[in-house]
Amino acid sequence: MQRNTCVSILRAAALATLAMALIGFASRASAGQNPTGLQIAIDNFSFAPATLTIPAGTSVTWVNHDDIPHTVVSEDKATFKSSALDTDEKFSFTFAKPGTYPYFCSIHPKMTAKVVVQ
Amino acid sequence: MAAPRDEILFDHNHDGIDRRGFLRCMAWAGTGAVCILNGGVLTSYALGRGGEHSIKIPKGELTFVQISDSHMGFDKPANPDVIATFQAAIDKINALPVAPEFILHTGDVSHLAKAAQFDNVEQILKSARTSQVFYVPGEHDFVGDDGQQFRQRFGKDTQGTGWYSFEKKGVHFIGLVNVANLKAGGLGSLGAEQLEWLEKDVKHLKSSKPVVVFAHIPLWTVYPDWGWGTDDSAQALGYLKRFGSVTVLNGHIHQTMQKVEGNVTFHTACSTAFPQPKPGTAPSPGPMKVPTEQLRTLLGVTEVYYKNGQHALAITDSSLG
Repeated sequence: MQRNTCVSILRAAALATLAMALIGFASRASAGQNPTGLQIAIDNFSFAPATLTIPAGTSVTWVNHDDIPHTVVSEDKATFKSSALDTDEKFSFTFAKPGTYPYFCSIHPKMTAKVVVQ
Repeated sequence: MAAPRDEILFDHNHDGIDRRGFLRCMAWAGTGAVCILNGGVLTSYALGRGGEHSIKIPKGELTFVQISDSHMGFDKPANPDVIATFQAAIDKINALPVAPEFILHTGDVSHLAKAAQFDNVEQILKSARTSQVFYVPGEHDFVGDDGQQFRQRFGKDTQGTGWYSFEKKGVHFIGLVNVANLKAGGLGSLGAEQLEWLEKDVKHLKSSKPVVVFAHIPLWTVYPDWGWGTDDSAQALGYLKRFGSVTVLNGHIHQTMQKVEGNVTFHTACSTAFPQPKPGTAPSPGPMKVPTEQLRTLLGVTEVYYKNGQHALAITDSSLG
């Protein structure tokens, strides 16, 4: 009887792990995630993806690949506002509340994008 | 010995301004030519690399130099040594046949508005053969503190975000700030308060007085996709429409570009730090890496000459190499 319980516990654990992996995979697939977290890349004076859709509570990290500094500033200039990011520097923000968050680079204001939080 | 390269006599507008000759002269930009307007005739002289400087500029003329986009603190592949190229620009100015009365810096003095970066520029400018330097900020000078440090160092007699005007030898100079309070998706911006000040500042000036406006981002639409323009510059230019001679000097685009529209001559200067691509020729306006031996040919300074009583100022670009 002990063995059966062990096996059933193990089976339940395996199923749970599989289920979590599937959920993780699904959210990664819809949000362009890499294994270390949700990222937005800054390349050639643009944010990619230009529109990122995420569930509330998700943390997003921007990383600058350009040879010139950029900032990440919400359109209202209040919700989030990074310092100047030089090449390879990062900025993270956790989106707790649902809504649409347009943002731009305050140094190069033609660079615009948005995060949609569901 | 500098000898006249060409003498051009086209007076199509019957106003003593040789515009076609002026533009042809500008085509020699970057070769180190000096164009001097004298009695309505534009004459160009080649600036030798050695010491062949024997051009006599009569008294009563004004000469000044525009430099721009020193980006002190930049250190990426496009130019790992912006200190050396900035010093080369000052050396070039010091080798001019006539010492400029002052220098205009049209912004992006620093790369990230850091104290050490501003310090470096001020230190190197101490070796310039001139008595004064006037500044307007670029967007890089506003990083982190909306220009507070910049105004403390370079904007003591300015108003608002840093605008001001002054007179030199009968020419009215106006320094404008179009890099403050930038809006998402927008271009450069002057703002209502500054425009109101500008209207008042020029209101009682005689239309015959030459006006020079200097600001960082171009005051005409060069290439909006890359942010190369100012949203509300039309209103500013409206206040200057009645003047017989308006010269607009800008930076920001890291290459020389000219436009003549009626009595207004628009001109952008090279950077002393790194070049940027021509509009639409690259995915973005970022720093353009070129072979090392080519870099200094794409950096430069701009000399401007004015003679009392003449309309247009003569503008000449000189590359650093």
